[in-house]
Amino acid sequence: MIDFELTRVGTPDAAVQIAAATPTAQQGATVRFIAGGTNLIDYMKLDVETPQHLVDINRIPDLAKVEKQPDGSLKIGALVRNSDLAQAPEVLAEYPVLSQALLSGASAQLRNKATTSGNLLQRTRCPYFRDLAYAECNKRTPGSGCAAIGGYHRNHAILGVSDQCIATHASDMDVALMVLDAVIHVQGIKGNRTIPIGEFYKLPGTTPHIENALEPGDLITHVTLPALPETKQIYLKLRDRASYEFALASAAIVMQVQGGRLRHVRVAMGGVGTRPWRMPEAEHALEGQAPGEGVFRAAADAALKTARPHTDNAFKIPLAKLCMIRALTTVTNA
Amino acid sequence: MEQQTPQPITESKIVGVPTPRIDGPLKTTGTAMYSSDHHFPGLVYAWPVTATIASGTISGIDSSSAEKMPGVLAIYTHKNIGPLYRTPPSAGFSMILDERRPPLEDEIVRYYGQYVAVAIAHTVEQARAAAEAVKVTYNKTPHDTSDKLLDTPTIAGKLKEVTKRGDTAAALAGAAYKHDAVYSTPTETHNPIELHASVAVYKDGKFTLYETSQAVVNHRDVMAAMLGVPPENVQVITRFLGSGFGGKLWPWPHALLAAASARNLNRPVKLVVGRSMMFQSVGHRPAIDQRVQLAADKSGKLLAIQHDYVNHTSMLDDYDEGCAESTGFMYSCPNVLATSGLVRRNVGTPTSMRGPGAVPGLYALESAMDELATKLNIDPVQLRLLNEPEKDESTGQPFSSRHLKECLTVGAEKFGWAKRNPAVGSMKDAEGRTLGWGVAACTWIATRTDAEVNVELRQDGAARVACGTQDIGTGTYTAVAQMVAHETGLPLQRIDVVIGDSGLPPGPISGGSWATASVVPAALQAAQQARKQLLSLSTKTDGCPFKDKSVDELEFVDGVVRIKGQSSGGVPFAEILKTANVRSVSGTGKSTGLFGDPNQKFSFHSFGAQFAEVTWQPEIARLHVSRVVTVIDAGRMINPRAARNQIEGAVVMGVGMAMLEATEYDHRSGGPINASLADYIVAVNADCPNIDVTFLDYPDFNLNPLGARGVGEIGLAGIAAAITNAVHHATGIRVRNLPVRIEDLLVAPGNKTS
Ligand SMILES: Cc1cc2nc3c(=O)[nH]c(=O)nc-3n(C[C@H](O)[C@H](O)[C@H](O)COP(=O)(O)OP(=O)(O)OC[C@H]3O[C@@H](n4cnc5c(N)ncnc54)[C@H](O)[C@@H]3O)c2cc1C
Ligand code: SF4
Repeated sequence: MIDFELTRVGTPDAAVQIAAATPTAQQGATVRFIAGGTNLIDYMKLDVETPQHLVDINRIPDLAKVEKQPDGSLKIGALVRNSDLAQAPEVLAEYPVLSQALLSGASAQLRNKATTSGNLLQRTRCPYFRDLAYAECNKRTPGSGCAAIGGYHRNHAILGVSDQCIATHASDMDVALMVLDAVIHVQGIKGNRTIPIGEFYKLPGTTPHIENALEPGDLITHVTLPALPETKQIYLKLRDRASYEFALASAAIVMQVQGGRLRHVRVAMGGVGTRPWRMPEAEHALEGQAPGEGVFRAAADAALKTARPHTDNAFKIPLAKLCMIRALTTVTNA
Repeated sequence: MEQQTPQPITESKIVGVPTPRIDGPLKTTGTAMYSSDHHFPGLVYAWPVTATIASGTISGIDSSSAEKMPGVLAIYTHKNIGPLYRTPPSAGFSMILDERRPPLEDEIVRYYGQYVAVAIAHTVEQARAAAEAVKVTYNKTPHDTSDKLLDTPTIAGKLKEVTKRGDTAAALAGAAYKHDAVYSTPTETHNPIELHASVAVYKDGKFTLYETSQAVVNHRDVMAAMLGVPPENVQVITRFLGSGFGGKLWPWPHALLAAASARNLNRPVKLVVGRSMMFQSVGHRPAIDQRVQLAADKSGKLLAIQHDYVNHTSMLDDYDEGCAESTGFMYSCPNVLATSGLVRRNVGTPTSMRGPGAVPGLYALESAMDELATKLNIDPVQLRLLNEPEKDESTGQPFSSRHLKECLTVGAEKFGWAKRNPAVGSMKDAEGRTLGWGVAACTWIATRTDAEVNVELRQDGAARVACGTQDIGTGTYTAVAQMVAHETGLPLQRIDVVIGDSGLPPGPISGGSWATASVVPAALQAAQQARKQLLSLSTKTDGCPFKDKSVDELEFVDGVVRIKGQSSGGVPFAEILKTANVRSVSGTGKSTGLFGDPNQKFSFHSFGAQFAEVTWQPEIARLHVSRVVTVIDAGRMINPRAARNQIEGAVVMGVGMAMLEATEYDHRSGGPINASLADYIVAVNADCPNIDVTFLDYPDFNLNPLGARGVGEIGLAGIAAAITNAVHHATGIRVRNLPVRIEDLLVAPGNKTS
């Protein structure tokens, strides 16, 4: 870990002002906000993140609230802890998929520390990204190559991969936010703006070190979830051990069954994509159909058509299909 | 000392009674001092620099900028670490270590993670930063970390016979029912929560070393030899151990780095091995391939067993896992051949992991038995009962105490085995999940090694018992106290157990599950000697009511000296000592072990049966071990509570072995790539089955007067086979390459998705 300066700020403005000095808000940032620290500190210890300046945002008032808005949407502060969010009455009542996703992640201790904004920005678990002994990692050092391709990549992504990077986006929460059409609210040097979550994460392409839409100075202040009509929801996570592990494949689903037909279907998957993976192909295949195994299978096949596995993670294709089919079956029967 | 014929002790108020650990409060209140908790004025920290190649030579080490960093005191490399020696050959349980090359001996690198330098600084952060700033350049040579082992060149050039009788080849050729398969187990890494650590204090030519050691006496001998000082100049202390699982049996190179640095700087040095280094340079269970061939007649009677195993070892050391340890005596069979082979790989030296040899060996053998049972259409419990031997057919010795049949039948009864439908996938639970039921037998060596114990009866009314063994979390403190409580009649609260110090009378290693059994005779004898001294003192002390009585007229009961058989008129021993103005009386007990004795009359082994239930949900490829019934025949349990705890822990570790654990090497770099607790998956609470443990109570008085054997390892033997056999019963898939992974099961019937 390198030496760094720590500043505790009391307002979003102060935070933004300090952070504006970083040349990038992506890999290589020289200023970082610290929320729960469960992800950032790990990577700082490994010298993967080397900020010279940390801005502690935990004392900024009002960022740890969950509030219903007049328009029916739910406003979730950036500093709401994952464990609090999972138990928030509004979330349990209207967005249970989010609660389930949060509770399936990490451990109770980590969830007590982890925040909404930190979870949105958690970085990949790719072991080569984490280990400086491996020089090849395009995400860490642009242009250096990718050690995972041709290396150990059992839990790497099969969707959205490029020849430059196949790292999995590891979050559970963000998969749920995908199907809830969350909107990310950012305060930056040029003022406030909103980014729909579907536009927030970037595909690795030839620039895997650029992971999201944030610019120098940008502070996530909160996330809003649009009001939903009454829906059935589920989050299903498959992994090697029964708890305290990242997903090999997970599925978040929101839908209605009206008159024996599937409506308002939204499907996203975790553990398989280079970003939390919304699956419009599956949604299209399901929308308006009568639920049934054949329809579910067709949706799963459609969603994974573009999958590009490598030797050790090819099993994720059938696994992801099982996961989606099972989630669809369970939620329609609920 | 003359080996005494043990007098069986059948009755006891404390031995065999479930007893809470006497060291429990120390641990739960955080007052127990683990090795890395020790701190001294002027103490500085060491952080190793590890090789990032798996084979080659160091061409240069540039430590110039690291040396200038804040707080840095020294950077040691092969050029300036100072004298470190290799050990002379081991004898008995002395001078044992698995990685024999002292660290920083030369510029040659043979495995990824090998120490190439060490940084010393005032804080651990400074030391680590300096270590990371040391620039090492290498001349790389090709390395080999391949896990394909069988049919690759072995060190000896041929397979070594481990046990042999009859004509196995002929029997295999002619048999009507045969099974032949290869079982592979991966490198497994011990992951005790307590990291390996050394706190080395050097003063006036003497070393006091606070180590994470399962064998303080051997540790002392090895360190003295490698540091080049007489053994009396080294004291090794391990008061508490945050578990070892065999990984802490013998010294590892970091201990030498700490001690040599303390010597060079003449100040205390602390070195705590990082978690990723735990995967590199402190041993592991090696990767193993085992080919098992079985032949039987139509009735299921075994006609031949051939068991050939190959394990990897490091480039310099010959570690033999010993997988065929039990192959010769497990079943009755006229033709048996077992062979071993070692192959060199560019990996750190392997070492014992809980149940070395038997655990992987029985995974293979007991899987093969299950496969044979399927072929024969015989119930797998029956197949084992059918092949129960009368004696140890590998040596001709009678078994001291073998109750495997009862383990199997009692286990079957408790598990409900009679309800098993052998058809694959035919059984369901109330929630509709498919059930798989599997069984495996298990065994583990029972023995005793040399031990010396001192018991002191003190004027303050307490007894002190001292022995150079150690408690690695298994409950040795309590077991030793129980032995002395039994012999003296003192309550546990008045017994001080002092262990974990090489300066004490030499005690057994905490390995092989024989520490308890080894201590028993010496502890009892020591207590008897102390009692004799006490009675003798009573007859010679003015003012003592027993003055001038004969010792034979007296007895020592419940802490009181009295005339034999008279419940009144007794005097507490503390009063006698006070009257005599003697601070304490003491006795030493010394027993010679049976380990490796060619004239043993018996074949000593513990036995057991493991029954496992898995639930299988093919629609999401989810497998869970839901229930395990374990029946163990391991002599008398000194403390059934701690013993149960050992078996339960082993079963959980077995779930890890069967379904989760594997150290993955990146074969391009040669380094373990999942070297963290987040990426090396061990079982968590949610993976734990319901565990039902039964102990058959057959004291083994041929081993020691209390009839105690040991339970540290047997619980892990057979469990992986019981689970994979259950997986086959549930899914129809036979996984012969551990761990069983989701991807192995995706092709199971019921998973139609491609
Ligand atoms: C052992 C382990 C297991 C885990 N298992 C899972 C799992 O199963 N599923 C899962 O989903 N997650 C898992 N996680 C990840 C966990 O969810 C994240 O570590 C956590 O959500 C990060 O939140 P934080 O508040 O601690 O973030 P921090 O570490 O504080 O920050 C993370 C990043 O976000 C940035 N940041 C934080 N707040 C803001 C803001 N307001 N504006 C702009 N940037 C900001 C920081 O600068 C930093 O770059 C696991 C983590 C660990 C350590
Ligand atoms: S997958 Fe991405 S993060 Fe991993 S090594 Fe390749 S480039 Fe780096």
